[in-house]
Amino acid sequence: MKTLGMVLVLIACACPAGATVFEPREWSDERHRQRYHDLIEELRCLVCQNQSIADSDAELAADLRRIVFEMLERGESDEAITAYMTERYGDFVLYRPPLTPSTVALWGGPALFALIGGTILAVTLKRRRSRGDAGTLSAADRQRAERLIEGED
Amino acid sequence: MKTRHLVPLLVFAVLAVLLGMGLDLNPRIVPSPLVGKSAPEFSLPRLEDPARRFERSDLLGQVSLLNVWATWCAGCRDEHPLLVDLARSGTVSIFGINYKDQYRPALDWLRRYGNPYVTSGYDAEGLAGIDFGVYGLPETFVIDPQGNIVYKHVGPLDPAVLQERILPIVRSFEGASG
Repeated sequence: MKTLGMVLVLIACACPAGATVFEPREWSDERHRQRYHDLIEELRCLVCQNQSIADSDAELAADLRRIVFEMLERGESDEAITAYMTERYGDFVLYRPPLTPSTVALWGGPALFALIGGTILAVTLKRRRSRGDAGTLSAADRQRAERLIEGED
Repeated sequence: MKTRHLVPLLVFAVLAVLLGMGLDLNPRIVPSPLVGKSAPEFSLPRLEDPARRFERSDLLGQVSLLNVWATWCAGCRDEHPLLVDLARSGTVSIFGINYKDQYRPALDWLRRYGNPYVTSGYDAEGLAGIDFGVYGLPETFVIDPQGNIVYKHVGPLDPAVLQERILPIVRSFEGASG
């Protein structure tokens, strides 16, 4: 139980806090602000590859944020903005790339591993159950166990 | 029953092979969607003569290298002598994009270390760089006589990359451009 708790704490620590770089922007339309934040969270920085362009301090990320801002203010659609990015940097910039032959493993991997794990679990459980009364104790064993428990008190 | 005990060993072997292969991959190299496509349009003031412009059309009619560099980029300094030698050999025309740099230091840099470039475009805002999908300097593009990007190298050039990757492509176009 202690180990599980430790693992959970470690996982929590590994998650980025998602601190967005502070850059004041003047919006002509408040709705653009929300779309801006959604977009920059979804675009991966090529310099710091485990950060979105929202999180990254890299100069390229700042340039790309400015481009997203300018395209939004020009009235471009979200699709046009992601297309602008993928034309230049490929699907790599998308945290959720489209399903293509090269991303099949990425999208299908988790399901495949869940299937393998689930199968192993099911087979193991079934085998354990079919071993019959392996879980029950003989009368002699039970007496011995009771003696042990009492002896401990 | 004995085979059962081999399962963990087998799993370990498969993992070791896969992870070993992973060690050989460079996560910094992102395949560019621009390879095989037409080079993007650009128009930049020339570093040596800002009154004139360096444009995509300047690249046409010959196979050329387009090298993205800056004075703040250590890798650019490493590969520079190689570019100077290559330019001196006359094998291929080298063009430059001076990316997000300062004007004076960039000119001084070329004066001090030699200028292998036919010309360098001064891309202070880095917008031409973004159109070329630049993300880590130095980057070198091979552009065919029709203006298509045929190859991209990210990182400093070294003699092996030049001899084994870039020059064979350059040579394959030499007959065609005649």
